Amino acid sequence: MLTEQELSDKVKALIDGHDLTRREEFLDARFDAGLAWVHFPEGLGGLGLPRTMQAIVEQALTAARAPDNKPDQLVIGLGMAAPTILGHGTEEQKQRWLRKLWTGREVWCQLFSEPGAGSDLAAIATRAVRDGDDWLVSGQKLWTSSAHHADWGLLLARTDPDVPKHAGLTYFAADMHAPGVEVRPLRQLTGEAEFNEEFLTQVRIPDAQRIGAVGAGWTVAMTTLMSERVSIGSSRAIPRDAGMIGPALRTWREKRELRTPGLHDKLLRLWADQEVARLAAERLRQQLAAGKPGPEGSAAKLVFARLNQDISGFEVELSGADGLRYDDWTMRRSEGANFFGRGPGFRYLRARGNSIEGGTSEVLRNIIAERVLGLPPEQRPDKDVPWKDVPR
Amino acid sequence: MNLLYDDAEQALAESLKALLNDRCSWDKVLARTESEQTCDTDLWHSIAADLGLAGLLIPEYAGGAGASSREAATAAEALGAAVAPVPFLGSAVVATVCLLACRGPERAGDQEADHLLRRMAAGELTAALAVPFVTAPGGAFPVSIRVAGPQQGDQAAGWSRLRGTITGVADALAAQTLLVPADGVPPALYAVDMSTARVTRTPVTSLDMTRQLCDITLDDAPGVKVASGQEAARALTAALSAGAVILAAEQLGIAEHCLDLTVRYVKERHQFARPVGSFQAVKHRLADLWVEVAQARAASRYAADCLATDSPDAAVAVALAKACCSEVAVHAAQECVQLHGGIGFTWEHQAHLYLKRAKADSLGFGTADAHRAALAKLVNIPAP
Repeated sequence: MLTEQELSDKVKALIDGHDLTRREEFLDARFDAGLAWVHFPEGLGGLGLPRTMQAIVEQALTAARAPDNKPDQLVIGLGMAAPTILGHGTEEQKQRWLRKLWTGREVWCQLFSEPGAGSDLAAIATRAVRDGDDWLVSGQKLWTSSAHHADWGLLLARTDPDVPKHAGLTYFAADMHAPGVEVRPLRQLTGEAEFNEEFLTQVRIPDAQRIGAVGAGWTVAMTTLMSERVSIGSSRAIPRDAGMIGPALRTWREKRELRTPGLHDKLLRLWADQEVARLAAERLRQQLAAGKPGPEGSAAKLVFARLNQDISGFEVELSGADGLRYDDWTMRRSEGANFFGRGPGFRYLRARGNSIEGGTSEVLRNIIAERVLGLPPEQRPDKDVPWKDVPR
Repeated sequence: MNLLYDDAEQALAESLKALLNDRCSWDKVLARTESEQTCDTDLWHSIAADLGLAGLLIPEYAGGAGASSREAATAAEALGAAVAPVPFLGSAVVATVCLLACRGPERAGDQEADHLLRRMAAGELTAALAVPFVTAPGGAFPVSIRVAGPQQGDQAAGWSRLRGTITGVADALAAQTLLVPADGVPPALYAVDMSTARVTRTPVTSLDMTRQLCDITLDDAPGVKVASGQEAARALTAALSAGAVILAAEQLGIAEHCLDLTVRYVKERHQFARPVGSFQAVKHRLADLWVEVAQARAASRYAADCLATDSPDAAVAVALAKACCSEVAVHAAQECVQLHGGIGFTWEHQAHLYLKRAKADSLGFGTADAHRAALAKLVNIPAP
């Protein structure tokens, strides 16, 4: 295994040996050098090193102002598709997808949720039926970020309705440009459309694009979802007064006439809660860095969802008559939730989604209660019933 | 900033927990609350002298362990989890930090403060700061005690005469020496030997009898000046800040114990032919409580670390930790009572010991509200 010094030398050699202004070439070279994601295996953009050593690479490349792969635009690909392909894909699939995924030549999205399967993801109804060397897929998916410019979709579909829900699922990579894939914007209560819904009509998917065994879709999907949590947990330290509390503090400081004793007390409570949550996130980061991940990660989403909602609600109330105005109801496509380019009304409305998306707060409480505290699991009457016989 | 526990801190916590498991079961604590001597002086001697916790914050040259508020906080978590009736907070933290601040690094030597610290480190002497337990850091210098006229021989003995009453003092019933802030020109801090007949302690029937308060009357009691003016004011603030941070750690220990106890109970207790812990109404409350405890741990660790490293953010960290941990501990103890149902409302169950300690602690060294008011100034959230 490489030492930290040897890794640093390798990064230096990459920087010295390439033209940093030629972005695509540089990214390919970085992938070939194993410096894309050092914890991945050699030959697939990595060096088989501990994940923590990636920081050495990132620091050196940032210092040299090397071009990056714009990771903010590749969230699903890097955070979810890559670990899934690495964990369950064939050698051929890894070679086919990982490089283009990492360099950003191909964008990925996730086709999991359905109108009839939100928290109960294993209940999905999109059907995949075998047809020679292919599968024919029909159904509806939704809450998909980036679907309108994605090249590939991580697709969970039902291949066997005659077995209980978890056992009849299979995982595919779907070509988003294939005939029968229709992507429509899904407009939210904020007025804009960050997400999409997809209508899949007899979409032909070659069996070579199946990831994992037939019927093993649930296990593969768990890899995808767990990776999502890891990538959230290991993010950078957040500065004080960043996030939702920032605009509320600015308004408080600038507009003396809006201040009341009751709002003052509320703001102090929210500030303190936000600051403690920030420290808890920092503590989690330190635990991960020390190689001792704790279960506290599942708390972070629950806390920030509530805080975002409470703080943005406070901000609307603090705004007085301006709290009754809204910046823009025009239907627009947007990439991700940009809380800070918009007004308090938008923040308030968008934050309502924080306790629903990526696992509702109720489901997260169940998870904490069962997996962390060891309390008895919820009753699951459909667990051993063939999917087709479950009332719905 | 380091928000984790290092190996030495974990080892300290383990040995303290082992001792408390052995010597401080909750039924013993409960029995003691109804006895003459509410402080467990034997247990305190073991903790103070044998484990060396009395000298945790005292430098090595004065016989202490030279440790920091990080270790003291770790110890306080274990003591809180056991509602241990010992004056660790009052003597090994508040009085100790007060004397250390009186001494000032440049004046270390043979003065009264050093003399007292050496005896405290050895576990021979227990001291208390004579302020009401509800005193928050950063307030005005107390004026309830004033300096009275001198008596014959005082000058030779180096004594001042102190007169007045201080109510609701914590951890003073087991103390032999009292550190008394007294009004005067300038105001000053005095060490008073409590064995004199001129000091009267009246035990208070306290909400929390595991840390029984007392009222103290000084009737021209002789005191030796240990600091005056700005130095005394700084010592008082340092002592109360350390008190608030270590109390926050104690609150974390209380909260964690209440959560563990309740989780264990709802797995065992059956109603409607199923464990009550299988009801979502119960599961979600406990999940929320676990989240709160995780948050409180971050706040508590940050404050302990800030004091240990003399961080410029220490004042914010102190107020944040005490505001957060006060509410979490009270909530945890209340949930403990509620989710135990009927048994949790009885005298014969441990829950009430934690409820009373948690509620009393939430007033100790400043309420959550008082600490949020302090934050308003520190982080520029001005009042209307």
